[in-house]
Amino acid sequence: MSIWALMIVCGLITFAIRYSFIAAEGHFQPPDWFVRLLPFVPVAALTALTAPELLLVDGGIELGGGNVRLWAGAMAILAAALWRNTVLTIGIGFLAFHLLQRL
Amino acid sequence: MTPRQAFLLGLRSVLPLLLGVAPFGVIYGVIALQSGIPALAAVAMSSIVFAGSAQFLLAQLAGAGAPLLLSAGAVGLINLRHALYSASVAPLLARLPRRWKLLLAYLLTDEAYAAAIPHLLPAPGRPRREFAHWILFGSGFGLWAGWQVSTVAGVAIGAQLPAGLGLDFALPLTFIAIVVPMIDSRALLVTALAAGCVAILLAALPYKLGLFLAALAGLIAGAALIGRRQ
Repeated sequence: MSIWALMIVCGLITFAIRYSFIAAEGHFQPPDWFVRLLPFVPVAALTALTAPELLLVDGGIELGGGNVRLWAGAMAILAAALWRNTVLTIGIGFLAFHLLQRL
Repeated sequence: MTPRQAFLLGLRSVLPLLLGVAPFGVIYGVIALQSGIPALAAVAMSSIVFAGSAQFLLAQLAGAGAPLLLSAGAVGLINLRHALYSASVAPLLARLPRRWKLLLAYLLTDEAYAAAIPHLLPAPGRPRREFAHWILFGSGFGLWAGWQVSTVAGVAIGAQLPAGLGLDFALPLTFIAIVVPMIDSRALLVTALAAGCVAILLAALPYKLGLFLAALAGLIAGAALIGRRQ
């Protein structure tokens, strides 16, 4: 089977998922409970993407000092909460990541 | 604000994410070639599928000769979380012509959504909603361009980036920079804690299903807390 056919099918599936609710908007009235969930989407989805990156090492939860990403991430979280500045948060996170690696 | 300014705002907001996306693009290019995908197809996949983790999986499945139905199903599951983004931005795009909806749906990725959403939430001083599509277009286009360039680089160079730089850490760091300032209520804190815990507990599930279920758990936990107070 051609790699091209596979790519086109998968491209269409991906697009259909991304287009689903955008296309349906205005054509049906989503239930109230569903509308109430939507404001939580950014925090829920982006935290779900991030937490495993910080806490899991080779599939296991690693809370020790050896898990550099966790502690650098914790400092980034603190910086983000204090100053709410994107560049500063990323900078402090990276700095911590490299400093901790050298310890 | 003009459309041009809104576009540039979206573009600027996605730039820090490119730092983290670029290494993934390069690595994808390398892995696709190693799996036996021709260079042209490997590059084309970045515009036809345009979904990082799904492309990694497809490269592996294609290399292993997996059947079409299985590969397509796996890609559908991996990208299920994008339906949540679709629902989240749909009200902002309701009045646009169809060509805008098609374009913005095509460009709707984790990173582009994350970069744009802080500017789309209603708040005093925020750009008016009539420019939401230009902001999303700016972040979507920026990410798209960065992904294409890094994929081509991976196919052309054919070698891994040095691992010690930790460039891939830029992605979680940027998500932290975006999410933490958004958490300004107990309900949102509970949302984040629930989503994070479930994502870790279910990380072993195939096809990134854990991510989708964790996001759902976060939504339900946050909304339940709001509902109880009313």
